[in-house]
Amino acid sequence: MNDLLKDLTPQVLGILVRRGADFAAAEDAVQEALIEAVRRWTGTVPEDPKGWLVRVASRKLVDAHRSEIARRRREERVHREPQPGPTEQADDTLLLLSRCCHPSLSSASAIALTLRAVGGLTTAQIARAFFVPESTMAQRISRAKRTVTGARFDQPGDIHAVLRVLYLIFNEGFSGEVDLAVEAIRLTRQLAASTGDPEVAGLLALMLLHHARREARQTESGALVPLDEQDRSTWDTALIAEGVEILQRALAQDRLGEYQAQAAIAALHDDAATSDETDWPQILEWYDELMRLSDSPVVALNRAVAVGHVDGSLAGLRALADVDVAVPRRDAVAAYLHERAGNPAEAARLYAVAAQKAPTAAERDHLITRAAHLNTRSGRSTGSDEPRAD
Amino acid sequence: MAKYLLLKHYRGGPEPVPGTDVPMDQWTPDEVKAHIAFMQHVADVFRERGEYVDGQALSPEGTFVRYDGEGKPPVTDGPFAETKDLIAGWMVIDVDSQERAYEAASFLSSAPGPGGRSIHEWIEVRPFLSEPPVVSE
Repeated sequence: MNDLLKDLTPQVLGILVRRGADFAAAEDAVQEALIEAVRRWTGTVPEDPKGWLVRVASRKLVDAHRSEIARRRREERVHREPQPGPTEQADDTLLLLSRCCHPSLSSASAIALTLRAVGGLTTAQIARAFFVPESTMAQRISRAKRTVTGARFDQPGDIHAVLRVLYLIFNEGFSGEVDLAVEAIRLTRQLAASTGDPEVAGLLALMLLHHARREARQTESGALVPLDEQDRSTWDTALIAEGVEILQRALAQDRLGEYQAQAAIAALHDDAATSDETDWPQILEWYDELMRLSDSPVVALNRAVAVGHVDGSLAGLRALADVDVAVPRRDAVAAYLHERAGNPAEAARLYAVAAQKAPTAAERDHLITRAAHLNTRSGRSTGSDEPRAD
Repeated sequence: MAKYLLLKHYRGGPEPVPGTDVPMDQWTPDEVKAHIAFMQHVADVFRERGEYVDGQALSPEGTFVRYDGEGKPPVTDGPFAETKDLIAGWMVIDVDSQERAYEAASFLSSAPGPGGRSIHEWIEVRPFLSEPPVVSE
């Protein structure tokens, strides 16, 4: 029943808001309706659970505004409106998401509001997922609600802003008790069911194709396992198959976008039975497409790796020369290319530099281990100017 | 979204802005009170913005402690009266960008001192190491 309620929450909220209810008031009403549902649906779920929730939530809304006659009139008009058809329901998901991801919100606020209002997570859960106090998260969410309350909400907004927020949630992964990657997939599935936009499908495919490797990506103690060392037998083939199918349908629409191109790259990696069988020439072609679609330096950085595999490490290093030195993880890529080019000393030095700048502890540990590995293998003695191991 | 540690130092860090390095024990009690109230105000503003994670003031009296082998008591050293670097307190914030973290640190640094003027205190900003992103290729 919990899953059902979680899925219905944004739909019910979307309906109320589309009918003109104030966002914060509608959310309170939906919460009250959910509480009533949990109390009353013991064992038996009503035939039309969504209709039930809409009716109860609408009544709660009306109750909340009973003292204001003008308001009550509007609520009663809302109450008399016919049940929404399937198309309207689809629009509601996008409508609600685009409000939660409104461009006037910071990413942190949009993420929190989306997880609360559309994802149906509690404020406490969201707070724990981001390791902040619950009061801080409550403040963040209520500020976000205030920010979007004035905004018009009768037209879906920019779908790319929505996709960006969903992508950010997915990338948070799983570091606390709430699995944000799974939440992001669930929300993106809902959105994909409501729109034929190929970039929505592209993002969903991208998530599934990466999620499939989740077990292989880290050891039990949390150490990073790079793609070429992962145990591919643990990849989830069902997720890969689903991701590939969704991607192919999206690509067939011939409206290419960044998420579809990124998903295509993930699919090619997933498709290789061993890392040696990776189809790097095709991956490079997709990076070239991505470069045309986006001027992201991260794309240029990853493209240099692909160039290194297709045309040789020196060509990869030449491609890297065009990437701004300030781009995060550039030193790690340079180290990797030097290692493959047969320059272990330079590679070790660059891995150590990259470790110093690593934005995450897992990457730092991985990079320092690579450096140590190369230093040991090349028999280099530890000089006094070496960084201390502590 | 990322967490940043904002460090207040008793000592260490770059040269103080000229004319602002009057030791706190030579301020008037009201100036000291106003300074502490401002710190509280900063925390409240961060709370209201949904950015505050935690914060504490630290005693200047610190001791160095180390392992000395199995079954042996820990070895201690200090406290040192004149260590180069001394941390006075810290605040952790969770913000959208490095730019916002710097802006927040600058606000913290604007705390009033003697005569109600800002002491332009140097705040050290250190990013937390986070979890690796899911998508890496």
